Amino acid sequence: MSTVTAELDSKPRERLPKAWRVEVFRRPDLDDPDGARVLREFAELGVRALTSARLGRGFLLSPTLPRASVERVVHELCADPVLDVVRITAPEAAPSVGQGVRHRVLVMRKPGVMDSVAQTIERTLARSALASLAGGERVRALTYQAWEFVGALDARALEHAAKRTLANDVIEDVWVDREDVHFTLPDDHAVRASVSVPLRDASDDELVRISRQGCLSLTLLEMHAVRDHFRALEREPTDCELETIAQTWSEHCKHKTFAGKIDFQGERIENLFKDTIQRATRELAKPWCISVFKDNAGIVAFDGDWDVCFKVETHNHPSAIDPYGGAGTGIGGVIRDVLGVGLGAKPIANTDCFFVGPLDLDEARVPKGCMHPKRILRGVVAGVRDYGNRMGIPTVNGGVWVDSRYIGNPLVYAGTVGLMPRWAAEKSVRPGDVILCVGGRTGRDGIHGATFSSIELDESSSVVSSSAVQIGDPITEKRVQDGLLRARDLRLYRALTDCGAGGLSSAIGEMGAECGARVQLERVPLKYPGLSPAEIWISEAQERMVLAVPPEHLDAIRAVFAAEDVDATAIGEFTDTQKLELFYGERCVGTLDVHFLHEGTPRPLRNARFTPRVVADPGAPPCPNPGAMLLALLRSPNIASKEWIVRQYDHEVQGTSVIKPLVGEREDGPGDAAVLQPLAHSRAGVAIGCGANPRYGSLDPWAMASAAIDEALRNVVAVGGDPERTAILDNFSWGNCANPEQLGALVLAARACYATAVAFGTPFVSGKDSLNNEFRVGDEVIAIPATLLVSALAHVPDVAHTTTMDAKAAGNRIYLVGLTHGELGGSHYLGELGLEGGRVPRPDLALAPKQLAALHAAIRADLVRSVHDLSEGGLAVAAAEMAFAGRLGLDLSLSAVPTAELSADHDPNATRLFSESCTRFLVEVEDRHAGAFERALAGRDFARIGVVDASARLKLRGVKGQTLLDLSVEELAAAHRGGFAG
Amino acid sequence: MTVPSSQSSPGTAGAPGASATRTVRALVVRTAGTNCDRETCLALERGGAAPELKHVLELCEKPVLLDPVSIFVIPGGFSYGDDLGAGRVLGFQLRTRLAEALARFVAKGGVVLGVCNGVQVLADTGVLEGVRTARAERGVGLDVNASGRFECRWVTLEAQASACAWLEPGELLPVPVAHGEGRFTVRDPSVLQRLKQNRQIALRYVRPDGSRAEYPDCPNGSVEEIAGICDPTGRVLGLMPHPERNLTPWNHPRWTRLGPRAEGEGLRFYRRMVETASALAK
Repeated sequence: MSTVTAELDSKPRERLPKAWRVEVFRRPDLDDPDGARVLREFAELGVRALTSARLGRGFLLSPTLPRASVERVVHELCADPVLDVVRITAPEAAPSVGQGVRHRVLVMRKPGVMDSVAQTIERTLARSALASLAGGERVRALTYQAWEFVGALDARALEHAAKRTLANDVIEDVWVDREDVHFTLPDDHAVRASVSVPLRDASDDELVRISRQGCLSLTLLEMHAVRDHFRALEREPTDCELETIAQTWSEHCKHKTFAGKIDFQGERIENLFKDTIQRATRELAKPWCISVFKDNAGIVAFDGDWDVCFKVETHNHPSAIDPYGGAGTGIGGVIRDVLGVGLGAKPIANTDCFFVGPLDLDEARVPKGCMHPKRILRGVVAGVRDYGNRMGIPTVNGGVWVDSRYIGNPLVYAGTVGLMPRWAAEKSVRPGDVILCVGGRTGRDGIHGATFSSIELDESSSVVSSSAVQIGDPITEKRVQDGLLRARDLRLYRALTDCGAGGLSSAIGEMGAECGARVQLERVPLKYPGLSPAEIWISEAQERMVLAVPPEHLDAIRAVFAAEDVDATAIGEFTDTQKLELFYGERCVGTLDVHFLHEGTPRPLRNARFTPRVVADPGAPPCPNPGAMLLALLRSPNIASKEWIVRQYDHEVQGTSVIKPLVGEREDGPGDAAVLQPLAHSRAGVAIGCGANPRYGSLDPWAMASAAIDEALRNVVAVGGDPERTAILDNFSWGNCANPEQLGALVLAARACYATAVAFGTPFVSGKDSLNNEFRVGDEVIAIPATLLVSALAHVPDVAHTTTMDAKAAGNRIYLVGLTHGELGGSHYLGELGLEGGRVPRPDLALAPKQLAALHAAIRADLVRSVHDLSEGGLAVAAAEMAFAGRLGLDLSLSAVPTAELSADHDPNATRLFSESCTRFLVEVEDRHAGAFERALAGRDFARIGVVDASARLKLRGVKGQTLLDLSVEELAAAHRGGFAG
Repeated sequence: MTVPSSQSSPGTAGAPGASATRTVRALVVRTAGTNCDRETCLALERGGAAPELKHVLELCEKPVLLDPVSIFVIPGGFSYGDDLGAGRVLGFQLRTRLAEALARFVAKGGVVLGVCNGVQVLADTGVLEGVRTARAERGVGLDVNASGRFECRWVTLEAQASACAWLEPGELLPVPVAHGEGRFTVRDPSVLQRLKQNRQIALRYVRPDGSRAEYPDCPNGSVEEIAGICDPTGRVLGLMPHPERNLTPWNHPRWTRLGPRAEGEGLRFYRRMVETASALAK
């Protein structure tokens, strides 16, 4: 079977693994796309000496298995008889290698890091008669990757390249031309006892040290509150108690800055969040808001007895260290939020937005301790792909934004939309309910994730924080989902939540916040022995949910999960003691008053101020070559095609897709928003879109936030979403808000959110903030640009009345809806010119809502053939996208563009081409509907600016009638796909 | 196990054509990682069958569940994460626990459909090439896409003159693919000859105008652009693309550019399959 011939030089000093070693390679006559990819990535690093790379899937199996059993396992489970060749090596023997192979690189996960493939083998063997060991001992498996290279390369150069492309040091070990991989399972050391931490007599210096060394991320003021609490109790806290407080009070869980007291330039703000975001929702009081801000996700009415819910989360710091695992667990976590909202929703769509450093960054300029932005983006895309696709949830909307200030601190947003019956919107916990822990087992994964996410990164982050990284296992989560939704419909539990940041401590702490809970930590199912009670309590092992189950339903719910092969373990009960009581066996390892835990956080007054940057307004300089500028804009990373990402996501699974991420004649036009038809029996739909523009934030945080909301709304309205039935989500990622300027910018952005949401009548239903997004290089601290992602979920009355952005037919009219101002501050045009300053776009809050309502009415009445919003790059980019997506010509006159009065430094053509003013759309209308369309828009700013023609060229004429540019749609499309493509 | 109502109801409740007098029963097998069960059940139901969703563990315990059924479907997804290879573990379960039941099912005229992960499973079991194909005799496998990437895009299929009774030769069918390992690969050229002789090549990727496809119209580099294969009886069909994701007039990626359509083209595929199964059962 094997074509293997050569033996590597035997190296007697190596300790070869005491396990059967199996390597499965593709047949040598078949291509190896994995190897081809690696050679491309090596070439990017300047390594071109290798001529062939092939990937082998490696397995280590228990050494006590008989050879015949190993062969059976391999041929039945590990290899395909048509595609693969197999090499089996006896324990402690040197492996054979492929013909002509000069180098081998082995990559294996560090002990204790999730290896789901190994789990699948072990699980399958445990349930079959294929191979077994004497005495019923479990067959153990570990997996690794074996890369084989042809061509000579210096070992150091190979190691350098391997560590940048084949492996991630944080979670994996690499062997270059060595075969001594380990067959070790995590240490089986004795359980560490719970310990008490002497705090009562600690000095301030000691308190700070305890917080830092314990990775607690508690401030001195908070440590004082903890110390005083235990002084009053006349005892020291246990490690479990201290960890619980740290997790519960973490910025990640508590949002203590956003909800804290602020002095803003002498003005007192009691609670910024309540005063802005929540206030807008409260004042709007929309009857279709079913559950907002109090649960894992916001719930809004959808259709009949069905609701939809939406949540977007950030997973920034873990993704900086391990892009693949960080993004995967990010999407896994937000899916669990939706599984855990109310009594549980079925996830029906995912979204993802990435903010990364420049993709063409010189390798030499990548700061120490950081990964190249390209590698980060590839990793996060792969992480979302592998988790979302495996869960069977279509990833339908998102974006990529590039800025050099994200190099050390990329932002990764992941969102999930869920569908649920109305009766499942509310949850309650009753004393006596059993605490049921469901799903994955608990290990040392992600210890201190919640507190880690609240601290600034530095170059040692990837070393000290590796335990904060978790690896997801989507199939375990899918099993949990399958069981959970069945148990929900049988009404077998009363409440649930997901284990996210802070693990069980946050989940049970939250559920028991009103009543109390008693937990037996020794009952929690573990991946491997040896965890201390505190580790069990705060582990962020993935794919776990906590349910409150009435005791009479315990057997029934266990049966439901058993049928799905999911662990479901009773680990305690909810009580009426108002105390969180933690036991390990008989021993109490912690007792915390729930009121202190949830209400005892000190609320310090934080100072905030905002000093506008003084930058001269460059106006809108004339554009000498508009055609070249347009092509450059289409290639620029924020605007260029994201097709290489979109096509890797299954955006069709579940069969509900109506408007897809890519649309048009060749399916390469960037759609404004996605539309789904979630219920087969109803034509109602949901539109999902987003808006963000970090370039605006540096100049004007108020305008940035207002424009982000406008953009998200434009996107959903453009496809047919109803602006009157649109819910929005806020996700702030900010620099360190201990800096009053950062906090001042946050105050302004939050106030813009309030004013804009109220003006548009679009309530916030959920949100999250991630502060302290900074990165230290040497003595310099680089803060990310203030970044607000606004996500929108709009009701679509009838999916048959939706539209796409591609031009449809020659002869149709093109209208521009909305007024163009001299707003080029933060624009992509000035960015291309290397200019800063200028007025940042912001919607006219009196007019914009009417504009959206009028356009929506026209779409609903089927008066339009296509609609595309104007955003990055302004009219020129929008027109180009509309033309090439339809493979049709557009002939447009700038003289007809409705424009506000422009100052002298704003060139009339450049402004009309490239201004990014808000609430503007290009709309295609057939002649026969022109009258009705114009009546529908009566009173709004709009004008007919041109026509669709069969020329397949984009022609833009200046205010004096001169031809500014004339480009073929194929040139435009080529430029648009000319950016980074993975 | 019965399926609790609202688990499947987002797809199936109130779907047109539901009726108590249905005779064509379909069993859709699911397991950890199955994720196309919603659209598959909906397609069967709208195609005129009565689908039931069953967990593979239950089916392994009770193979008699297949007895009253005319159609057996393995839907898409990532069964067991495809951790050991696409469809491998579910294939192993079927090979070791349901081989006899499946052979009997096909022999008595039952129809078997595998879509995406389902065809990967059918290939792994050998059933795709003909029931009772020994593992060592297998000639067809599904390799990683030539692009090395997962590919989600709409493609056009052309039905071939094949043993499969419910495909109309020459017919074009727009459908989405969404897979990372869909590249039909044969052990050697004689396998391709055998497939042709037995009229087993059922579906090919073509350009939208029917001409020969290259990437991306053929999304995965399959030998001779094969998208689907049937067994020599024509009653077992496996294909990588997803006709069940093209049921409504609004699933098509260019529906806003097309004239009015009453339904998605994938629905016809399922309707004919159900009709064929119904005729075979009589």
